[in-house]
Amino acid sequence: MTAGALSLGRVAPEYWREARETVPVSSAGLSLTVRDLKKSFGSNEVLKGLDLFIPAGQFVSIVGKSGCGKSTLLRLLVGLDKPTGGEFWYGAAPEEQHDKSAVRVMFQEPRLLPWARVLSNVEVGLGRARREKGARERALATLSEVGLGDRKGEWPSVLSGGQRQRVALARALVSQPRVLAFDEPLGALDALTRISMQNLLEQVWRDQGFTALMVTHDVAEAVMLADRVLLIENGAITLDLRVDIPRPRRRGSAEIAALEGRILDALFKDARAGEDA
Amino acid sequence: MSAPRASRRLDGLVPWLLPLGLLAVWEAASQGGIISNRVLPAPSAVVIAGWRLASTGELWVNMGVSGLRALIGLAIGGTFGFVLGLTNGLSTKFERATDTLLQMVRNVPHLALIPLVILWFGIDEAAKIFLVVLGVFFPIYINTLHGIRTVDPHLIEMGRTYGMTSFELFWRVILPGALPSIFVGLRYALGFMWLTLIVAETIAASSGIGYMAMQAREFLLVDVVVLSILIYALLGKLADSTARLLERLCLSWHPAFQSK
Repeated sequence: MTAGALSLGRVAPEYWREARETVPVSSAGLSLTVRDLKKSFGSNEVLKGLDLFIPAGQFVSIVGKSGCGKSTLLRLLVGLDKPTGGEFWYGAAPEEQHDKSAVRVMFQEPRLLPWARVLSNVEVGLGRARREKGARERALATLSEVGLGDRKGEWPSVLSGGQRQRVALARALVSQPRVLAFDEPLGALDALTRISMQNLLEQVWRDQGFTALMVTHDVAEAVMLADRVLLIENGAITLDLRVDIPRPRRRGSAEIAALEGRILDALFKDARAGEDA
Repeated sequence: MSAPRASRRLDGLVPWLLPLGLLAVWEAASQGGIISNRVLPAPSAVVIAGWRLASTGELWVNMGVSGLRALIGLAIGGTFGFVLGLTNGLSTKFERATDTLLQMVRNVPHLALIPLVILWFGIDEAAKIFLVVLGVFFPIYINTLHGIRTVDPHLIEMGRTYGMTSFELFWRVILPGALPSIFVGLRYALGFMWLTLIVAETIAASSGIGYMAMQAREFLLVDVVVLSILIYALLGKLADSTARLLERLCLSWHPAFQSK
């Protein structure tokens, strides 16, 4: 058995302590603490008091059926929406102040400015630092990191879907974020492009050591990339699974398949055989 | 000379074959007396009329007067339309306050105001410019508003998450996003600009191409009437080409303008 602690319902404090001890704390990443986080849209309660601790530098995948609240959670955590209740903070204490560029988000759509060249699009990620000396060099270095250094002068419209998503990744990486949130970043890509993008994501995460939060509907992808998989159902975390498979991981290996099966079982435990979920 | 080059030259001629052929038939029919000079003068007669008017300077003065009216009207009406389109596009409050009035005014054909405008301004320059302003205002206003409203909200959200200030958001995301639509408005406006000017100049003017045509009609100079019409066509084409060129320069990022 390679999978570690499995707990249902709220995450127990014991788990937090264990997580702190076992995962090496990265200087680049920031930990995340979530306390009783709630979000309602009108009378519809989407998140029902979430508690969560993510140690610095961990790669966490969040899976769940559509409408379970996983994207809502991510939008709250990156500041795109305001919670209706509860709180969360990055770093050791709520009082700690972080630069806005410490937390970056990458969406399912590349969201590149069609009227800006590839390099300018990456420079958008620098925010205010765009006018500083060496900004262009930093952007170019990051673009090369995702393998598109030679396309810096192109319009986004001539790039393929995977290349556009690489540019979006470079834009998110260029400010050297300490937390990077992904909202189904590979959802719109074809299967082969997905695999190379997954490898790229894992590589930059290992190089830079940021804390990664990835919402995905692909359970295999979640297990392949993450240190830990969270399953969200009806606005609550119902499964918190450690993935201790050593890296580099082999796609389609038995260990990955076993974990994937377990998550899928938990996802469809209510569905009877032959019934569509 | 290689074969592909020769065939490319032939290709370039194709769009002109039909107009040139028509001209030839027209000339022949006029010379042969099939078409009366009272109905339609021969193309050569129109060219001679043009030469005559150009050498006396009358043609240039009238063209200059018409062109200036068109440009002043476009500048004033375009600026108003653009600014109001921006403010209403960016602020729902402002739109709520002004939209009802604007829609009411928009639904009055602006040429229907000619009698009123003559009463107000006489047949002065102001009358023509006022009508052109009205004519170009709405296409630019509506398309600017539409352009701003339809900027991809995903891009705006992206700009916000990357810490863009309101000004940066406007300058780097909203305005470029609205630009294709604004150009559509500009090209419509150019059409309305000439249309309004032609009507205004033929009804109430003492100079300009339209006035020249009306004078010529009084003296049964059909060749000058046809010449005036051709000049309008030429000026219209010139304005549209300029707008296209601007579009090509400003929207070079757009897939529609990325021909190989």
